[in-house]
Amino acid sequence: MNRPPDGPARRLTGPEAHERRITELEKRVTFSSTTIGLLFALPMLALIFVFFYWPSGQALFWAFTLEQPWGGGNRFVGFRNFIQLLEDPVYWGSIARSLVFGLSSTVLAMGVALLLALFTDRELRGSRLYRTVFVWPYAIAAPALGLAFRFILAPEAGLLSLINHAWPGLWNPALDGKDAMIAVIVAFSWKYVGYNFIFFLSALQGIPRAQIEAAAMDGAGPLRRMRDIQLPLLTPTLFFLLVINITESFQDSFGIVDIMTQGGPARATELMVYKIYFDGFKGLDYSGAAAQSIILMLLVIMLTVLQFRFIERRVHYK
Amino acid sequence: MASVTLRAVKKSYGKNAVVHGVDLDIPAGTFVVILGPSGCGKSTLLRMIAGLEEITAGEVAIGGRIVNRLEPRRRGCAMVFQNYALYPHMTVAENIGYALKVAGLSQAERRARVEKVAESLGLAPFLDRKPAALSGGQRQRVAMGRAMIREPSVFLFDEPLSNLDARLRVQMRAEIRRLHQRLGATSIFVTHDQVEAMTLADLLVVMNEGRIEQAGSPAELYAKPISRFVASFVGAPPMNLMDGRIAANGEFLYDEPRRLALPAGLPLAAGTLLTVGIRPEAVTIVAPGAPGSIRATVDVVEELGAGRVVHLELAGQPFAVATAGAVTVRPGEAVGLVLPAETLHVFENGSGKRLDITARPAEPAALSA
Ligand SMILES: Nc1ncnc2c1ncn2[C@@H]1O[C@H](COP(=O)(O)OP(=O)(O)OP(=O)(O)O)[C@@H](O)[C@H]1O
Ligand SMILES: [Mg+2]
Repeated sequence: MNRPPDGPARRLTGPEAHERRITELEKRVTFSSTTIGLLFALPMLALIFVFFYWPSGQALFWAFTLEQPWGGGNRFVGFRNFIQLLEDPVYWGSIARSLVFGLSSTVLAMGVALLLALFTDRELRGSRLYRTVFVWPYAIAAPALGLAFRFILAPEAGLLSLINHAWPGLWNPALDGKDAMIAVIVAFSWKYVGYNFIFFLSALQGIPRAQIEAAAMDGAGPLRRMRDIQLPLLTPTLFFLLVINITESFQDSFGIVDIMTQGGPARATELMVYKIYFDGFKGLDYSGAAAQSIILMLLVIMLTVLQFRFIERRVHYK
Repeated sequence: MASVTLRAVKKSYGKNAVVHGVDLDIPAGTFVVILGPSGCGKSTLLRMIAGLEEITAGEVAIGGRIVNRLEPRRRGCAMVFQNYALYPHMTVAENIGYALKVAGLSQAERRARVEKVAESLGLAPFLDRKPAALSGGQRQRVAMGRAMIREPSVFLFDEPLSNLDARLRVQMRAEIRRLHQRLGATSIFVTHDQVEAMTLADLLVVMNEGRIEQAGSPAELYAKPISRFVASFVGAPPMNLMDGRIAANGEFLYDEPRRLALPAGLPLAAGTLLTVGIRPEAVTIVAPGAPGSIRATVDVVEELGAGRVVHLELAGQPFAVATAGAVTVRPGEAVGLVLPAETLHVFENGSGKRLDITARPAEPAALSA
């Protein structure tokens, strides 16, 4: 085809011109350079930098240095901070407590949520109200939640004071370390039950009804159907929630511990994340606290990797 | 093998009544097809028999025993679902054998029976695959196998072939019929495909808006549809229907000046509004203007290999003629149509009920007062 040369003298008319205008319009919505794209991403990048990379960098810096006793900046000390920590039985204690806390609260929060979701799914197919109501606890800030549970679980006046009326002294989280641990686990789980519930319920409702009916025709009762059909089809959700719950139990527990027990009594609820705060801001040992942060981060990464390696195999993706 | 009896079975969802009192007797070993348009309550009825849906009113009996309050697993029915509803996390063998596993059979016994069923359905090579790795037809077979292995007394099928392509559908249709001949179990098959219904059914039940419109053998329903609805639903291409009224001389006026002789013996007053139907197979095409013929214009000719369907325009309405012989007509051409009086079906205009020469004795005059 012979096309006349494009020039200012040549005016396009009719459908051809229209088509051309459209292509020009289309061109305008794609970015000519990456600069504009980066500009759009900038606010988010700035946030990520300020709240993640910068503090992480700081933590790394502090973890491998020590402040000079008489001023004069920080001195590089290699792994000394870490070695010191790992030789400290108190630190190992906090790791053990964190693991106990993480596993217990994950099992509790997921177990209760799963049961509630299974029952809700059976009774209230399609009810949307429950879904929204149940997620509210997740929106409550940890300190507020901790405060509420401090009242609820108070040995003298709370709901559980009834126990103490019957068996005096049986329940006292202020004195008994085990009670205190139970209290923070319950408070933390309560927050995550709602969160887990939403995921479980929507996953359950995503299972085609016909599959459950087919199992019913095959002779399986409700419990059998839960075990053989619903749970296996829930495994992707179970796995996702397991990772989230464990990770969060190592991090999000700070507010609850701080308000309810402050790590006490006698360090019984001093979880890793609380010890970081305590050593850093109360004990002013920035280097030790920074090293603890790094260890916590590594531990969470390791747990997540382990879960992906050993548990994900049992997940049935569709 | 068991008989299935429905007595005034009703279903409502809240205030919304969906099935309005269905009575049906299914003798043991019968292959019943429930045919009806979308949303008429076929699935609902089937699911009430299966026990998956609560029965609002009435009784369902299987093998003479009322099962209204029985759980699905105690009714002795097996069901093939429209989307197969295979368990995605189980292999084909596990899918087929699940009912036996629930029943507590030993691994070895299960394996033996699963293999036997899989063999009969040509599924043996796929036993260790998951449903996601099967073709549509193979999945359909797995769903059948899952129902068969329980050796149920009643088979329930809810449009099991509607997700298959045309060729596979014909093949599976024959296979289902063969299966029924071999096992002899009472089967209830829901479909909205009338060819499927005609070819499979011993007893064909046509449903409309939650009621049984007519039940009988496919030949009966084809020959004597009880209503305009059944007439238009059974048979392909569907029956041609023309609205009109009775002229003073007793002939049928369908397009003012045009008239048609009706079968003798219909006690109808002049002016009565009627619908007259004729099967496409009953019409012959003749030269335009031939005595006793009516005029129509050819629209499209469909070649079916063994026969042809000529679509015409008659008095502004589409009209189909099916013929086994060769046709020489071309689109746009005017032709004559011969509609033999004895092949006409006459329906009341309002209710759509069939008016029959024999089935309609002179009504008492009191009724019209
Ligand atoms: N759970 C339900 N709640 C309310 N109405 C329902 C429910 N299930 C079905 N219906 C209504 O009942 C009617 C009959 O439904 P049904 O599924 O039996 O139709 P069907 O004849 O099987 O149609 P199709 O051929 O499309 O499968 C429909 O109008 C449908 O909207
Ligand atoms: Mg249906």
